[in-house]
Amino acid sequence: MAKKRIVSTTINGRQVELLCEPRQTLLEVLRDTLDLTGTKEGCSNGNCGACTVLMNGRPVVSCLVLAVEAEGATLETIEGVAPVDGLDPVQQAFLENAALQCGICTPGFIMSTKALLNENPDPTEHDVRFYLSGNLCRCTGYDKIVRAVLDSAQKRKKAVAAK
Amino acid sequence: MSTVERDKAKAGSNGNGKPYKVIGTRPIRHDGVDKVTGRAKYGADIHPTGLIYGVVLRSPHAHAKIKSIDVSKALALPGVRAVVTHKDLREPGDRILELGEGAVNLRELSNNVLAADKVLYKGHAVAAIAADTIHIAEEAAGLIKVDYEILPSVLDVEAAMNSGAPLLHANLFTDELGQKATQPSNVAKHFRFETGEIEKGFAKAKLVIEREFRTATVHQGYIEPHNATALWNADGHITVWTSTQGAFSVRQQVAELVDVPISHVKVIPMEIGGGFGGKIRVYLEPVAAILSKRTGRPVKVLMNRADVFEGTGPTPGSYIRVKLGVDAQGMITAGQAYMAYEAGGYPGSPIGAGAMCIFACYNIPNGRIDGYDVVVNKPQTSAYRAPGATNAAFALETVVDEICTQLKLDPLEFRLKNAAREGTRRVDGPVFPRVGMIESVEAIQSSEHWKTPLTGKNRGRGVASGFWFNCGLKSAVSATVNPDGNVSLVEGSTDIGGSRTGIAMQLAETLGIAAEDVIPTVGDTDSVGYNDITGGSRVTFATGYAAYEAARDIQRQMVGRAAQLWEVDPSQVTCEQGSFIGPEGKKFTFKELAALVNKTGEPVVGRGSVDPEGCGGAFATHVVDVEVDPETGKVQILRYTASQDVGTAIHPSYVEGQIQGGAVQGIGWGLNEEYFYDAQGTMKNATFLDYRIPTCYDLPFIDTIIVEVPNPGHPYGVRGVGEVPIIPPPAALANAIAQAVGVRMTQLPMSPPRVLHEILAKKS
Ligand code: FES
Ligand code: FES
Repeated sequence: MAKKRIVSTTINGRQVELLCEPRQTLLEVLRDTLDLTGTKEGCSNGNCGACTVLMNGRPVVSCLVLAVEAEGATLETIEGVAPVDGLDPVQQAFLENAALQCGICTPGFIMSTKALLNENPDPTEHDVRFYLSGNLCRCTGYDKIVRAVLDSAQKRKKAVAAK
Repeated sequence: MSTVERDKAKAGSNGNGKPYKVIGTRPIRHDGVDKVTGRAKYGADIHPTGLIYGVVLRSPHAHAKIKSIDVSKALALPGVRAVVTHKDLREPGDRILELGEGAVNLRELSNNVLAADKVLYKGHAVAAIAADTIHIAEEAAGLIKVDYEILPSVLDVEAAMNSGAPLLHANLFTDELGQKATQPSNVAKHFRFETGEIEKGFAKAKLVIEREFRTATVHQGYIEPHNATALWNADGHITVWTSTQGAFSVRQQVAELVDVPISHVKVIPMEIGGGFGGKIRVYLEPVAAILSKRTGRPVKVLMNRADVFEGTGPTPGSYIRVKLGVDAQGMITAGQAYMAYEAGGYPGSPIGAGAMCIFACYNIPNGRIDGYDVVVNKPQTSAYRAPGATNAAFALETVVDEICTQLKLDPLEFRLKNAAREGTRRVDGPVFPRVGMIESVEAIQSSEHWKTPLTGKNRGRGVASGFWFNCGLKSAVSATVNPDGNVSLVEGSTDIGGSRTGIAMQLAETLGIAAEDVIPTVGDTDSVGYNDITGGSRVTFATGYAAYEAARDIQRQMVGRAAQLWEVDPSQVTCEQGSFIGPEGKKFTFKELAALVNKTGEPVVGRGSVDPEGCGGAFATHVVDVEVDPETGKVQILRYTASQDVGTAIHPSYVEGQIQGGAVQGIGWGLNEEYFYDAQGTMKNATFLDYRIPTCYDLPFIDTIIVEVPNPGHPYGVRGVGEVPIIPPPAALANAIAQAVGVRMTQLPMSPPRVLHEILAKKS
């Protein structure tokens, strides 16, 4: 077994130093070492998007990232999305639009949606469907998810305008 | 877009005679915040102190004898704590255990959990290791030496039925119409349903069409893999944390397989990431339990995605032949079906349900259905949303469409004419009470979608209908009145899609309080009364019924308390809209009285415990517009509308969600999904990349029309929603493809190569 490494990274705005084996994925370390179990595992090979986190602002499937690759990176996981005093507009929109059934895909969708709206604050339905096609949901048929994402964009615009 | 077509008068008369306050509204689900913030704990998220990890070693062969298993090298690896095989389970004998959506033979269940002397499919569990880390356990799995004698395998239902096919079980003798056959075979059972006189019926027909259909093995495809964590305590009590559709069912299965009294197993149902019927039978739970017994530590065992595809319940591939006759007026005179379903390694496909559903949308005066349950070297099939019915509807609804085309009949008019209605006898015997087949068709008829003509090249529109029984079964809840007027509700139906809110809403409606004033919790097997599985579209119906009963129980107790406080007879106190009204203008709101409860006597705890008879069957009709690319055979969905009789929609958003999700699973089944095997019986596409479920990019919005024909067997008219929407899509798509490019697809999935093949065959 290879020696453990120390990895220094920023997770949800906090400096974190962690110890991991070189073979451990970021997903495994987030879930098993750091107890950030909000990031979900659906396939472990990059095909379902349930493990999506933001790494330096870009969405990545954390099951295909080695934890050692997070050295020096800034990470955002589902646990860091909500402000202290409530929910993020994306989370609120998912609730109001009933965009989850079992909810296992939800953290991944919310992270991908955050990334989409950062890149494109005013997406069309087609933009949404294209951008989120790497996130699988088996329960909803995506109808309410797509609506929630479109609604999130509106909510975010309002929130920005109000500031 | 969604519409709710509510018959107000009827809906009201089923409840309290007044319009509902809570039912039919769309509150935010109670578990919502936990699920959008990542706080909700699913099975894989549990981490008890001292946790170690288990890994299951699986068979690389589709069919083989296990000659020996040598675990010595694995045990010698540092960090490995135990290795178990079938010998560590008890031999439970050939007893049948009812799981709620199908029954299992306990000996077969035990052999499926860990193979005894034979493996019956690639992916069959053979041994399990517990080690300090999952990586060590994986390494150790590679060090176990299993000596296999490879046997010839048989992978599809037609081949398996041939005489001379490799036999999976030397001691399996066909139950042939109730008689036991004398020669072993892969056919576990042949049964028949019959009504009228089939030959006479066909003789009366003007047009008779007979076709054969084949459907591929598909998987439920829940995003969360199976998981189980178990702790076998020194006192012989076992705690199991798992994602399951039925905590009580897991409790019973584990108790049977590891040989402890049922009450020594406590199952804590974690949040569950999808099930669709596939998380009812146990796979990992008994394994985690025996690994824990051997190590004295809690053990967590997870499947990876390939394990899920190769080791858990797909739904059967099937061969179906349908013959249908209609007279000059377009009335069905006779119907006949031959249906053979793959069961997987052990008997038990959903052929029974498939056979009961195939003709159920119609009045079939003369009918015969022959069903065959056939074992093949594939994973043991499990329930999948309306188990057995989708295969059947694909066959029947395609023949119906062909008849309509040939006789130039409008397909919706044909359905209305022949629709099953109150009093129609199903071929297998039962007579329908009030049902909504006609209403589901009429809803499509008057939809915007149907009324908008479809134009353009290579485009077509298809319709299809489907039926599912729904079911009742047992549920129990308890509910406590808190001093602030909120009610804590403990129920035992694991919540896969928002059901705890649907149940809480029925409690709230009955008590006259807000949905938000109910705090629902899904309890473990020690904290709540017995509950059957979450499945069969039963939870909102039966557990909702139990919540209604619990609310009535609370009301009775609170009426008593009000009477005591006012010093009047309880008969002088009535409940109105959540308030308690006494003589001379005396009144308590629910909250006012709740605040006094614990100060004036015993706590108020309501109990609801039901086994309701009156579950109502559900009907759905779907319409789809497609465009087929004649160069590639790819089918693009342009527009989709699903109508369904749901009885009463408690929370319309989640009703729509069930319909949309079911429809999309049916679309995946129809267009893409399939297990690919090589000649040795190895699945070649055991990843989500190659086993392609629909993505949001493949789909338009799914429009829904909620039809409400209240079920007389439920206080609020609930029927059940989840199962039936998966049934119509493959047939509706096939019918749309036929209209678009003039080819009749008789095999699922209708993937681009298959559609292209038919297009090219037609051209030449
Ligand atoms: S778990 Fe990472 S993409 Fe599926
Ligand atoms: S809500 Fe279950 S997978 Fe998306």
